[in-house]
Amino acid sequence: MTDTNTTPMVLAEGVSKSFGSNEVLKGIDLRVNPGEVLCIIGPSGSGKSTFLRCINHLERVDAGRLSVDGEVVGYRQHGDKLYELKPKEAARQRREIGMVFQRFNLFPHMTALENIIEAPIRVKGLSKAKAVERGTQLLARVGLSDKGDHYPSQLSGGQQQRVAIARALAMDPKLMLFDEPTSALDPELVGEVLDVMKGLASSGMTMVVVTHEMGFAREVADELVFMDGGVVVEYGDPREVLGNPQHQRTQAFLSKVL
Amino acid sequence: MSQSNTARPATGSFPSPAGGRSEPIKAVKLRHPGRIVLAAVLILLLVWFVVDAANRDAYGWQYVGKYVFDKRISAAALVTLQLTVYSMIIGVLLGLILAVMRLSPNPVVKSVAWLYLWVFRGTPVYVQLVFWGLFSLIYPHIFLGVPWTQLGIDLNLGFMQNAFVIAFVGLALNEAAYMAEIVRAGLLSVDQGQEEAATALGMSWWQTMTRIVIPQAMRVIIPPTGNEVISMLKTTSLVAAIPLTTDLYGVARDISAVTYTPIPLLIVASLWYLLFTSLLMVGQYFLEKRFSRGVNARRPDRNEPAMATGALPAAGAPDGNDLGGKG
Repeated sequence: MTDTNTTPMVLAEGVSKSFGSNEVLKGIDLRVNPGEVLCIIGPSGSGKSTFLRCINHLERVDAGRLSVDGEVVGYRQHGDKLYELKPKEAARQRREIGMVFQRFNLFPHMTALENIIEAPIRVKGLSKAKAVERGTQLLARVGLSDKGDHYPSQLSGGQQQRVAIARALAMDPKLMLFDEPTSALDPELVGEVLDVMKGLASSGMTMVVVTHEMGFAREVADELVFMDGGVVVEYGDPREVLGNPQHQRTQAFLSKVL
Repeated sequence: MSQSNTARPATGSFPSPAGGRSEPIKAVKLRHPGRIVLAAVLILLLVWFVVDAANRDAYGWQYVGKYVFDKRISAAALVTLQLTVYSMIIGVLLGLILAVMRLSPNPVVKSVAWLYLWVFRGTPVYVQLVFWGLFSLIYPHIFLGVPWTQLGIDLNLGFMQNAFVIAFVGLALNEAAYMAEIVRAGLLSVDQGQEEAATALGMSWWQTMTRIVIPQAMRVIIPPTGNEVISMLKTTSLVAAIPLTTDLYGVARDISAVTYTPIPLLIVASLWYLLFTSLLMVGQYFLEKRFSRGVNARRPDRNEPAMATGALPAAGAPDGNDLGGKG
C-alpha cells in the first residue's frame, strides 16, 4: 500500500453497494499491488464477499470507483463520463480475473478436465489439443493428474475445489479472487486446498482471499483487512493485525475465532 | 466384511461373533395371505375378461387381424407420427423461446410470453384446432408493410388451407405453451452458482445458456417432455376438428364407416398407438440416462455420497430423485 508508482492491480476508492435499503458496503478504500496477496477477514454479513464479487462485476458498484489493473470495472471512461460496458466488454474484463467460489460451482455434467478446458476453448478460442495439454498441466499442478476424467460428483470437496482453482487458472488470469474457498470443506480437506493456494501465492499471483483461515492469512498474506458492517475497520501487516489488533471490533472478532 | 472393517474402524467396536462373520438369520417368513388372495382375484378377473373377449363376436377379431397391417392404416400411422414429430419440434423450440422470454428482465417481453401462455393454456386444444381450420377465412392474406403506403410485401397464407400444415402448426402452438412451463422449471432448477461460475470465466450469456445451463436443465426437462410427446401422439387424433382425416384415427374411422366394423378398427388404431407410445418410452429411458451424466455417479472409495459436500446444489433439489417416477 506504500508503493504508489506501479499501477495497482486492485484499487478501490469509496466503493459502496446497497441491496435495496440494506447498505452492504459503505465506502471501501483498498489497494492491492501486483504480486501481492490480500486477505479479507470479518464476521458474516460484513460485506467481504460482496466486495469480492464487485471486483469482477458480478455485483454492480453503486458509488465510488473500483479499478483492476488501471481499468474501471464495469464501465468505460470517456472524459468525465462513465459508460456502462456492454455484456461482451464486461466478459472480456472478467476473463482476466479468476474466481474461486465457496461452493466450487464446478459444472457437474462435465469431467474435471472438461471443466478446465471449457472456457479456454469457448472464450479464448484455444484449439482443443492445446487446451487439453494446458489443462493436463494444471491438473498436475493442483495434484490431480489422475482425476481428469472424473465427474465432480466423484471427487471429494477438496479435490473439487482444486479443480475449480485449475479451471480459473486455465484462463491465465492476472488476478485471482477466492470467496471463502475452504468454508464448505470438511476440516481434513482444508489443508490440500490451502497448499495449492500457497503455491500459487509464492509463484507471484496477485490474490484477494476472503477467508476464515487465520493461519493461512498470517503465513501467506502481504496485507490483511478486517471488515465489519461494510467498512474496513483495520488493515495492515497480518501478523500485526492478528497479533496486536488496535480496534475494539477486531479484538472482539479475533477473540471469538482464534 | 473384513474390508469395510479396516476402512471404518468404528464398526469394529460392535461385538461380532465368529471372527466378524455372523450366521444368516433363519426365521419363519411372515405370511401375507391378503396379498395372495388379491393377486389371485385379479388374475382370475383378467383371464375371465380375455377368454370372454376372445369369444365375443362384437370385437370382430378377424377384422382386427385383417386391418392391423392394412396399407391404408400403416400410411395413416406414418401421418400421425409426422404430426407428432413436427409439432413437438416446433413446440419445443417455441417453448424454449417463451421460457427465456418469461425469465427476461424486460417487463414487456415477460408479459407477452405470459399472455401467450394464458390464451393457449386457457382454451381447449380442440377449439384451437377448429379455429386454425377457419383461419384462412379470417386472414386470406396478410400485407406486411409501412402503414399508409404501398411499400411492403403481400404474404399469401394459402398454406394455411393445407389441413396437414394447419394440424401440426395448431398442435405446436398449443404445445409451446406447455413446453414453456416445463423448460422454465428446468432452467430455474439449475443452481445460480453455475451461471455465476460461467460468467466469471468470461463466457457470454449465449455460451452460458447453451453449454452450462441448458445441458443441466435437460435432466429436469426430459421426463415431462417425454410425457408431452406421448400425450401429443394421442392428441393428434383431435385433428378431425380442422378437419384432417388422414391420421391414424381418422383413417380407421373412415374404413369402419364403409365396412360397418367400428369396434375392430378402434382396436387396430389403439394397437398402433400403443406400439408408438411403447417405443417412445424406451427412447425416453435412454435419453434420461444420457443427460444424468455426472449426477448419479458415486465415488467408489468413499463412504458418504459426494453430494453431501455441496457440489451439486441443483441435484439436491426436490426434483433430484424422482426422475424415474415421472417417466
